[in-house]
Amino acid sequence: MEITEKDVAHTTSKLRFDDIKKGKVLSVKWEPKLNYAWDNGPALGRYLAELKNGRIIAKKCDKCHRTMLPPRMFCELCWRPTGRWVYVRDTGIVNTWVVSYVDWKAGRLNIEGGVRPFTPAIIEIDGTSKGMGILHLLDEVDPWKISRGMKVKAVWKPVKERIGAITDIKYFKPVK
Amino acid sequence: MTKRVAIVGIGTTGFRATTPDVSYRELTYEAATKAYVDAGIEPKDVDSFVSTAEDFFEGYSIADEYSPDQLGAVLKPIYTVPGDFIQSLASAYMMILSGIGDISVVQGLSKASNMLSLSEMTTFAMDPIYNRPLKESPHAVAGMEMARFMHESGATREQCAKVVVKNKRNALDNPLAGHGVLIDSDYVLNSEVISFPLTQMDISPHSDGAVVVVLAEEKTAKTLSDKPIWIRGIGWCSDTPGLETRNWGEAIYAQMAAEMSYKMAGIRHPRSEIDFAEINDEFSYKELQHLEAMRICRKKEAGPLTETGGTEITGEFPVNPSGGCLGVGNLYELNGGHKVLEVVRQLRGEAGKNQLKDITTGLAQGWRGVPTATGAVAILSN
Amino acid sequence: MRRVAIVGAGLTKFVRYAQETPKELAYEGVRMALDSCEMKLSDIECVVHGTAPDAFDGVHMKGEYLSDASGAYRKPYMRHYVGGGTGVLSPIHGWFHVASGMFDTCLVVTEEKMSCAYPHPAGAFLTIFDHTTEQPLYPTLIWIFAIEMNRFMTTHGYRKEDIALVAVKNKKNAIDHPSAQLAAEITVEDVLNSEVMAWPVNRLDISPTSDGAAAIILAAEHVARRVTEKPIWIDGVGWALDTAYWCTRDLYYPDYVEVAARQAYKMSGIREPSKEIHVAEPYDPFTYKELHHIEGLQLCKRGESVQMLVDGVTQRTGNLPCCPSGGALGVGNPIAATGLMKIIEIFLQLREEAGKRQVPGKPTCGLAQAWGDLMQVGTVVVMRS
Repeated sequence: MEITEKDVAHTTSKLRFDDIKKGKVLSVKWEPKLNYAWDNGPALGRYLAELKNGRIIAKKCDKCHRTMLPPRMFCELCWRPTGRWVYVRDTGIVNTWVVSYVDWKAGRLNIEGGVRPFTPAIIEIDGTSKGMGILHLLDEVDPWKISRGMKVKAVWKPVKERIGAITDIKYFKPVK
Repeated sequence: MTKRVAIVGIGTTGFRATTPDVSYRELTYEAATKAYVDAGIEPKDVDSFVSTAEDFFEGYSIADEYSPDQLGAVLKPIYTVPGDFIQSLASAYMMILSGIGDISVVQGLSKASNMLSLSEMTTFAMDPIYNRPLKESPHAVAGMEMARFMHESGATREQCAKVVVKNKRNALDNPLAGHGVLIDSDYVLNSEVISFPLTQMDISPHSDGAVVVVLAEEKTAKTLSDKPIWIRGIGWCSDTPGLETRNWGEAIYAQMAAEMSYKMAGIRHPRSEIDFAEINDEFSYKELQHLEAMRICRKKEAGPLTETGGTEITGEFPVNPSGGCLGVGNLYELNGGHKVLEVVRQLRGEAGKNQLKDITTGLAQGWRGVPTATGAVAILSN
Repeated sequence: MRRVAIVGAGLTKFVRYAQETPKELAYEGVRMALDSCEMKLSDIECVVHGTAPDAFDGVHMKGEYLSDASGAYRKPYMRHYVGGGTGVLSPIHGWFHVASGMFDTCLVVTEEKMSCAYPHPAGAFLTIFDHTTEQPLYPTLIWIFAIEMNRFMTTHGYRKEDIALVAVKNKKNAIDHPSAQLAAEITVEDVLNSEVMAWPVNRLDISPTSDGAAAIILAAEHVARRVTEKPIWIDGVGWALDTAYWCTRDLYYPDYVEVAARQAYKMSGIREPSKEIHVAEPYDPFTYKELHHIEGLQLCKRGESVQMLVDGVTQRTGNLPCCPSGGALGVGNPIAATGLMKIIEIFLQLREEAGKRQVPGKPTCGLAQAWGDLMQVGTVVVMRS
């Protein structure tokens, strides 16, 4: 057998976005309203509580000696309960990063209109073990001047605005 | 098939309406730790893993991402079956028969208390073009099925209510169960009508919990455990998902899955060759419908048998001695996992106050719930 | 262990917006697969389905919704997934069904209708991230792949203009593929000048979103010999998942692909993959990913994949053709169906039935691989004629 043009010709009917949008082809719309309330558990629960206090807390594995972020109740590599809680600093270095012209819905940012691209990065927080990064955003920096190993520091929301979430840190900015 | 496979370890958190103190990660970690201790192994001894998860139940797209860490499965062979736990068990069972290692682990989890829109979610499982725009309550589907089943089998609302009374009573003596309560049939019959003939008490309330099961090939099983529980038969089947064309009276999926497992186990007369069953009772009538579909009862017999106490712990053929979904809680994709767990506890003689005497073979059955027509059956022996 | 062969295959055309419903897409793939080996649905003993996430097709428990269209009516039917690695996990899961001795035939179906997610399937990806520590930052899939690409480039000193050659090669290969959505003759400049999505990723570095389905039929040896003169044997399988804590891994190298590949090689007795494998379909949803995976698959040493590409080794006429189908970049990327499309390409190549896409030298051993989740999973199948 060989799969030929003829074989696949009638398997799909190609539409254009406008065919659907303008109702030339009928479709059914449904917006699911699904809500969840996550139980964070002791590890992430304390992590969030400390973020509200303006501090970052990690947890240590007594076997592999990794100081881990986000904190967890068990070490996934040694597969045993973790030990001590450890406060780490709110500074770190950029492991890798990106200059994004799109938002989470793949919508394009108006870069030409002066909107700053998103610059998310993996940041290795000082005081954690090597390679122990977290995902966060960079700002107050020229997107094209970000580099690997760049030192950064958390910019916190004002105390009153913090709710116990990862977004209590607005972003990280470069420091000397 | 020349190889035999046994369950050599089980672990669970138990089942409660809410579990605010732990996340899904810690729930599975606890069940896994217990299962590994029970089997006398460490995760490094495990050759492959199967997790059971359904995206919208977990609240994650491609929920398999979050399966390896809490099982000790990092950089190991693991995949996810979005099905009933017993389907995952079948998948792991086939993996061992195929020669992918000797030890396999199956995991399932319910964090139902974290899902705030369970009804909307079930509607989201219906056909987007034909069914969803009608905006019927998901319980309407169960109500329609209940009515049709009662019509065909002659089962009465009273007999269905008896299932609720029995299972919730059994749950009182099961320390793992979250919804045990002492009530009578009138309480069920007079509870709020949801979708007639279905009342509030005919519907199992949801629970949180995790189950982890360790499987091993015969030789390994015998070295690991002095009470291996053998998988003698396993079957699974899907009838049509179409509400318009399915057979509403009989649970064809349960019938076909059961026959597949009986054939494998060499069972001809399930009623006499099987000692007890943990079967899906997400709704009261489902226990009766499944009993008849799986030939444990003849047609029209499940209702009267239940009414006369034949399915009680002390009865001729005990059904859901653990308390079932009605007494333990609806665990969604984990429902079959709870059934397997309870059959294993019984066969090992570890079922405490609910322990049955002189048993060698039990049946565990799962159904995927409304609006599906998919189910699975496992036959286990000590 | 019983030998298991692929005996038939079906593949729809991949398009951005298909009028067909998800069920109809699955049906088309299945029908073609059955016709290709003159089998009837009644010859099929069980069905497995690979598709994920549910958010694409917009149906909760979409495996159930797709079951009858996948030929599973009143049959043992099971769905499985590992994110984007699902397509190549699918024949592995089907292989268990037959190799175990439980069944003699198994229909393996994959389907994805990404266009159901409105206005763009990218939105469906927000919920793949940790709901507490990551989702509040509104990450996108493109971000994290760009993050990985950057790390890969920085570590090895790779240049964007070299990596762009993957798009040039694959989109050109796709011209000969009847199912292709984005076949084209393009240049490196076209890739570099296409709009920036998330630096270092440009639009032409990315595979499209697609609707499509693919299906294959697996059979035990005694059935396979009866059905076809050219069974293609599944000779080695491997799969692995890394931790969900993706920010704590060094993204420059895909350990999960290496673990999966070594499992498959061990099973099929392969010691020197770069010599023993004649044709490969590594997963290429992004340009750099083909190279990243070639390194993980041990088809070259770490840091040498770009040289291999520049030297033309991975061209269809090269020593180790990679993505002769046109890959995800050229044929399109209805995620799970793409993985199975790659399996089907190796199936056709080993049967020497790939038409204009046929690689020279009568290949007898090939490999398909897929990848997905939070840059976390590798799935590998080794096939022999």
